[in-house]
Amino acid sequence: MDRRDAISRVGLILGGAVIGAEFFVSGCKSGGSVNTDDLFNADTTAYMDEIAETILPETSTPGAKAAKVGAFMAVMVRDCYTDDDQKIFKKGLKDLNDASSKKYNKSFMEADAKQRTELLTQLDKEAKDYNKNKKPEDPNHYFSMIKQLTLLGYFTSEPGATKALRYVPVPGKYIGDYPYKKGDKAWALS
Amino acid sequence: MSNNTYDAIVIGSGISGGWAAKELTEKGLKTIMLERGKNIEHIKDYVNANKAPWEFEHRGGRTQKMIEDYPVLKRDYPLNETNLDYWTNEKESPYVEIKRFDWFRGYHVGGRSLMWGRQSYRWHDTDFEANAKDGIGTDWPIRYKDLHDWYGYAERFAGISGNKDGVPILPDGDFMPPMEMNVIEKDVQKRFKDFYKDARHFIIGRTANITVPHNNRTNCQYRNKCWLGCPFGAYFSTQSATLPAAMATGNLTVRPWSIVTKILYDKDTKKAKGVEILDAETNKTYQYFAKIVFVNASALNSAWVLMNSATDVWEGGLGSSSGQLGHNLMDHHLGVGAGGRIEGFEDKYYFGRRANGIYIPRYRNLNGEKRDYIRGFGYQGGGSRQNWSRDIAELNIGGAFKDALSEPGSWNFGMGGFGETLPYHENRVFLDKEKKDKWGLPVLAIDAECKDNERKMRIDMMNDAKEMLENAGVKDVQTYTTEPVLGRGIHEMGTARMGRDPKSSVLNEWNQVWDAKNVFVTDGAAMASAACQNPSLTYMALTARAANHAVEELKKGNI
Repeated sequence: MDRRDAISRVGLILGGAVIGAEFFVSGCKSGGSVNTDDLFNADTTAYMDEIAETILPETSTPGAKAAKVGAFMAVMVRDCYTDDDQKIFKKGLKDLNDASSKKYNKSFMEADAKQRTELLTQLDKEAKDYNKNKKPEDPNHYFSMIKQLTLLGYFTSEPGATKALRYVPVPGKYIGDYPYKKGDKAWALS
Repeated sequence: MSNNTYDAIVIGSGISGGWAAKELTEKGLKTIMLERGKNIEHIKDYVNANKAPWEFEHRGGRTQKMIEDYPVLKRDYPLNETNLDYWTNEKESPYVEIKRFDWFRGYHVGGRSLMWGRQSYRWHDTDFEANAKDGIGTDWPIRYKDLHDWYGYAERFAGISGNKDGVPILPDGDFMPPMEMNVIEKDVQKRFKDFYKDARHFIIGRTANITVPHNNRTNCQYRNKCWLGCPFGAYFSTQSATLPAAMATGNLTVRPWSIVTKILYDKDTKKAKGVEILDAETNKTYQYFAKIVFVNASALNSAWVLMNSATDVWEGGLGSSSGQLGHNLMDHHLGVGAGGRIEGFEDKYYFGRRANGIYIPRYRNLNGEKRDYIRGFGYQGGGSRQNWSRDIAELNIGGAFKDALSEPGSWNFGMGGFGETLPYHENRVFLDKEKKDKWGLPVLAIDAECKDNERKMRIDMMNDAKEMLENAGVKDVQTYTTEPVLGRGIHEMGTARMGRDPKSSVLNEWNQVWDAKNVFVTDGAAMASAACQNPSLTYMALTARAANHAVEELKKGNI
């Protein structure tokens, strides 16, 4: 993204609440030295994979688990989140599981697909309501974080970019008036 | 002739330094180009240019470590994972902000020619006459006719794609075929034209991306990854264009890691005899000698070099006798504009990633109009369909949500203004007496701000954007504005300005330092005013013109 893209992106942001875009301008801690295992063990990564898969499940195209979004979230939270956001995120993972236990008497991992979807739909609404009145200095909602990272991780992954979207590394030309019909996938890059 | 003696020395290797090296070597001068940073070899060192998005660990974003390491760069879009190595290490090379000034630098061969925005516009006589008419700053010693041929010369070599639009305020150039507007840009353009007739114009951007093969460079492949370095050489940079031309003459030596600490001034001849450098890797000092010195270190660093030179003669450095060296710092102010949604066109899309947008040239304060501010602004923008990073109101999570995000969203159009800043004497850089960089060299302090004229202009910049978009059929138009910060435009100018009188300017009409006629400054420092167009094409033209003059003067024995 150079300046021209940054200018256009502002236009895009103005078009509605944009998930993930602010990541590019305001930032996504440390880097490299801490193994993600110190923050998230393999079980947690598998748990995050299942959350991500519930948000973006396999359809005719691969789901978030196939795109290893759980591991991606671990890297992003480790390297790109502030300490405060890391705490919110980690507590959020626990809260999400507690919500599942409370609602279904089952951990999230034990819950079935329908229950998972129902729970996360509820959390998504809760987060959206929270964000409506959120001031910039208010803490982020953990589910918004999870969802943003899931979308970013998935659509920029190899399976997401090449199967859910259309990835053309070297277009070679520009066509400004190109046919589109419902169902055609979006380009992976802009 | 010792190993350290050349015909010409060029300080800096960015857009203007590269041009100076090309012109001087092509005219037969043995030239050394001194670059303070590392070498970046064309193609070979563009290490991220061919990576897919998933090959970046943080998908191009910024880590907390990066935010810590780059306290200035983090303020805007340049801080990112994909071309981090092209941005100056701020801990090694700090500066002092008396007032906030976002200085985004590139210390390496090629300088910011590798990361630049590539928009290339000629100036108009309105721009060259502005200071004289307004009684501000100093009058430009040149007019459009003096640069006309040199603009063409620069365009033909650099390769500027654009359309001959016939806009009076924005002279057409010697263009390569223009890039294409997309379907909604064409629609907005049509409505715009219906409404504004010839009073305002909506044109395809003029960009230094080649649209046909040129000088062994491949035409643009529409990847929109320019700022990683282009393996096709499809945009103008030192590496893709001027450096290979200069190397082909056999007359160029490039020396990376060479921090020029001073120009060596000879009191008897009143000329420079060479430069002194600090080797950035070994900390050793060397001297190089030449008949001509071109200073192309970027506006602020060119002022720094001059301020550190001939201080035994002038306390403030070479060029300071005018009282103007380091003063009149300008930039373009931006971060204000509007955007909205375009209805319809659901059956339309585009193919390819066009590294260019649309441009609305200046229309304010022309043809007798008088706003409550002077000068003007232009806009850059573009239309596109939303991608996956959008909200879908009726969907939360799940398969339908994923499949919906896998399709493009509605069409949006956004644009942002680039406004002229005035040359205020008190907006300046100077040497900080205490702070030192990694090499123990004094650093610059920057004391500059936007003032009343710029602030008033920004009100128009915001409101006009909304009005124009609405008049052109854009829906749900929303405006944005930000506190204007200098530096953010990355168009630093004016710190060693050209003029007609040695008492009020640092350089004469040929970019020669009044106090040392064989020293030429042809980067942004030379600018007497800022206009509102992106400035690099003008630096190219000024540099080629000055180099030509330098060689003529050398032949005549005048320098």
